[in-house]
This record gives sequence, C-alpha cells and structure tokens, in this order.
Amino acid sequence: MSKLVLRRIDRNNEEMLVNFGPQHPSTHGVLNFLVETDGEVMRRAIPDIGYLHRSLEKIGEMVGYPGYMPYTDRIDYLAAMFANEGYAIAVEKLIKVEVPKRAQYLRAVSCELNRIASHLVSIGTMATDIGAVTPLVYALREREAINDLVEALCGARLTYNYHRIGGVAFDAPEGWRDKVLRFLDRFDSLLQEWDRLITWNEIYLKRLGGVAVITREQAVDYGLVGPNLRGSGVDWDVRRDIPYGAYADFKFDVPVGRGWAGTVGDAFDRYYVRVLEMAQSSRIVRQALEKLPEGEYMAKVPRKIKPEAGEVLSRVESARGEMAYYVVSDGTERAYRVRARTGSFLAMGIIEDVSSGLMIADLVALIASLDVVAPETDR
Amino acid sequence: MTTTEIHEKLKAQFGEAVGPLSEPKVDPFAVVKTDRIVEVCRFLKDAPGVELDFCEDLTAVDWPKRNVIEVVYHLFSYKHRHGIVLKVEAARAEPSVPSVEGVWKAANWMEREVFDLFGVTFTGHPDLRRVMLPDDWVGHPLRKDYQEAGGFHGIPNLRENPLVELRRIDEIRIAEHAKNNPPPAPAAAKAPAPAAPAGGGAPPAPPAPPAGPKA
Repeated sequence: MSKLVLRRIDRNNEEMLVNFGPQHPSTHGVLNFLVETDGEVMRRAIPDIGYLHRSLEKIGEMVGYPGYMPYTDRIDYLAAMFANEGYAIAVEKLIKVEVPKRAQYLRAVSCELNRIASHLVSIGTMATDIGAVTPLVYALREREAINDLVEALCGARLTYNYHRIGGVAFDAPEGWRDKVLRFLDRFDSLLQEWDRLITWNEIYLKRLGGVAVITREQAVDYGLVGPNLRGSGVDWDVRRDIPYGAYADFKFDVPVGRGWAGTVGDAFDRYYVRVLEMAQSSRIVRQALEKLPEGEYMAKVPRKIKPEAGEVLSRVESARGEMAYYVVSDGTERAYRVRARTGSFLAMGIIEDVSSGLMIADLVALIASLDVVAPETDR
Repeated sequence: MTTTEIHEKLKAQFGEAVGPLSEPKVDPFAVVKTDRIVEVCRFLKDAPGVELDFCEDLTAVDWPKRNVIEVVYHLFSYKHRHGIVLKVEAARAEPSVPSVEGVWKAANWMEREVFDLFGVTFTGHPDLRRVMLPDDWVGHPLRKDYQEAGGFHGIPNLRENPLVELRRIDEIRIAEHAKNNPPPAPAAAKAPAPAAPAGGGAPPAPPAPPAGPKA
C-alpha cells in the first residue's frame, strides 16, 4: 500500500502544513483537509474523508430488499428523498414492477420539495462560509416550512423513508395540495428577495467571481454531476435527458452556468445554478400538483421480494447531481451487492487538483460551492 | 448508438479480448480481458461516434464461488447519450487490474475506493491509498468472507447487550447494599423505605442511596 507523500516543508520560507478540519464549521460535516500552504496561498489541499463511513453498502447485502430503504435515507440526510427514489427504481427494474401514475407524481413532488430544501441549506451555508451570516436565517426559515409540509406527507422531517418499492408509503393528506401551493407562492417571491439580499451583492460577486474555476473538460473528466457539472457549462440533466418517473410530463428549464460573475465554471456559477434550479423545482411541483392523477399510490408488490439473478443501474438526479444505484441480485431475498454512486464523492476528488494556487479563504468557497456533504462522500 | 452497436465496434477492434454481450436479463454487460482494459477504455473514449467521456461508475463485486473479483465500469457519453457496461475479472488471491486513471480522472477516487473496500490493486495508479478506512485497517470489508477484527486500536466494535450490562450493575449494587446493611437491625430496615419512592427508578431501586455514606 502506498502512503501519502507530503511535500517537504521549507521552514525558512513561509511554508506550513495546516490541518483544516475535521471539526471546522465550514467543512459541511466531518471531513479533514491537509493543506500545504505557502503563506496564504495553498500549494495543495488533500482531502481526508471517511469519518462518517457507516458501511452502508455492506448493510445492503445483509438486510432484505425492502428493509434497506430506511438505510438509504442516511446516505444523504439533506436530500433523503432522492436516495429513496434511486434505490426504489433500481429494485423496481429488477422485479419489473410498474409504478402507478399517482405514486410517480407524488415522488416527483416530494423530491422537488426536497431539492429546494437541500439547495436552501447549500446556498445558505455558502453565504455564511463567505462571511454573510444573515441569508442563512432566511434560507432555514423556508426550509422549515418545507419540513412541515413533508412531515405532513410522511411523518418525518429529515430521514423520510417515504418511497417504497412499487410506490410511496402514504397518499397526500387532505388539503395538503393547497398548503404546498400557498407555500410556493410565497417562496417564489422569496427567490427575488434572495437575489436582492445576497446574490448580486457587490462583495459576494467579487468574492466568488473567477474563483476556483472548473472548466467544462475538467468537470466531465473528473465525473462531476448535477449543479457542479452544469455550473461548468455542460447542459445535462438526468430528469430531462434520460427521464425517469413522471419527469417526462413536466416542462422545465435546465439552468447552465453562463459566467455571470466573470468566468464560466467559477464558484459563483455553481452557486447561482442552484438558485435558478429552485425556481424550476417550484415550477415542477406546481405542474405535478396541477395534474396529480387519481388512483393507487402503491403497486402490487409481493411481500417477499425475490428478483431473478441480474444486475441493474438506476439513475436519478439528486440535489447533488446524478445518483446511481448499482444493484446485483443473485436470486435470493437479499441483494448480492448494493452500490450507491454519489455526487459528493467525486466532487471531493477534484478538490486536490483545483486547490493549488488558491488562497486558503477560497478553499472554503470551493468546498461550499461544490456542495459536498460528508455522509454522502463516506456512505 | 445502442449498446449492441458499441459492442460490435469493440469486437471489430479488439477481437477475442472482448467477450460476448451478456443476455439482457436486466442490464447487459461485456467481459474484457484484464490486461487489455486500458486500451479498450481509451478506444471507447476517443473513437469518433462513440466518445464515452463520462466514467459514470467504477466498482467491484466479489464472487467467492467463482473465485474472482469483478471490476465493473459503467461508461456513458454526454454527447451521444449512449453507454456500455464493461467488466474485468481478477483472481481473488491477489487481484490486480490496470488503472484507467489516465483515461478518466474520475477513476482516481473510485479505484481508491475499490482498493480500500475490496483490496484490488490498480497497477499504474498514481496515488493508491485507502480512502474511507484508516491507513492501518486490516482487511477489505466488502469482500464476502470479511471477518471483523473485533476492534480497532483498543476501541471495541462489539458491545454487550445493554440490558445484561444494567442487570449486572444492579446485582453488584444489591450485593453491596446487603453487605453494608446487615438484615437483623429493624431501625436500619426502616430507613431505606421512604427513600425508595423518592428514587423512583428501576424496580430493585432501594439499594441506590446507601453507597454514599460508606464512602
């Protein structure tokens, strides 16, 4: 096994080796960076992850197919709906079950609400990391409202366990639709308020514009997904390009980084793509609630799920980009292998190469703009 | 292009090195000879009309019955919206696969993860270190025959049933109480009685207070 080779520190210069984390307020969970610096300028920041490794993939081999659903929540606790949905779709493909239309719509609604909540945390904490404390409060206020809505839907505020293999756990309660629509009306106006509050703030723009640029080629090569990929100018969204569930029925735009603050693919582009995406999510929720079909919300699924041997990859567009489940079945009641491919893990992989030459304070902007969430990297 | 067409193109280029496409029970895949994988991947990335620029997933599956570890590559093209699944097989005893890090940078961390959790060595990888687990961890947990070592640097990973543990503590307390308060004295027997409801804890509560005065 090879070992981490660190650069020899020249004590006569201003070179230092600094531990950034594991318990640092701006590292978005428990993760550590070994930062080789020359004064304020970084030579390299080496991510050291694994503090939240809970062997979720191994657990997937030990519990049965339906029993793994609550564990998927823990893969990404800021956007648990997507982890639910990805796993459910993978197993549905294995056992060839058709999900009822109403369940697909409810999935889309719950996922898009969750996307808004997750992006709110992301952009709110990003503003805080940069030094603006106030916006986080506004973001969390809206997230609280979404938490209330989702709690009314499935009884949980964080680890939802709402999707099931073959549908969703509960139907939407009475009057829920109007509550969501009322929330969205307010939320759309908040987005404009948000732009006035922080997005076009002069300091914020200067702080993020042109910082930590990831080019289009780099983003594809390093396997970035989701808003990070789109921030670099790649026009790709799984929801639109390989539609799953009900997404083929909705009209929505895919925001792509345009270099609003200078360069395409800088930290600001990745940030603003998320802001625009929330407006699109709101649009999708409205359409889905408008057309919400009547009928069953759960398909007929055998009590004992025993798919024939085979393997499958399911893709969903999570808040942190494409989330893929690779499930291998050997014909028994337990999966032979469950693998979750998550966006944050590969976003961590790019940090070492992008960080060289940045200021230490910009490392914070880079981490925040990539929206890495520690449980998702470590699983 | 469909997966079959990509596979035919591969067959034409590499012949025997690329196995047949598996029958599509769910998702089809093709097994590639281990030592040719880098060439195949480079071809798939560069060949016009194929251009699989996105290494979507790279992982492994352990098959002790066949005595192999499969490394699985999910490749995809943003431009043409098609993809293929490749597999290579490595012997379980000392699995070694050439690294495709030079083709897609994304493979860097995913190969590190496979190395960490399956123990597959990727030859030619620039920085093959454990990524999830500590550097001095013993074993590779996602292998099917992995046995837990029973702790890590003195931190146990198994814990007694807490109920059993609590009962043992209770029994020690009761024994101590019996030792400190010999039964015949009637005055002493009366004293703990009012203390018991105040404590209000577990059913064998009365022994709780007397430990103090002795110390």
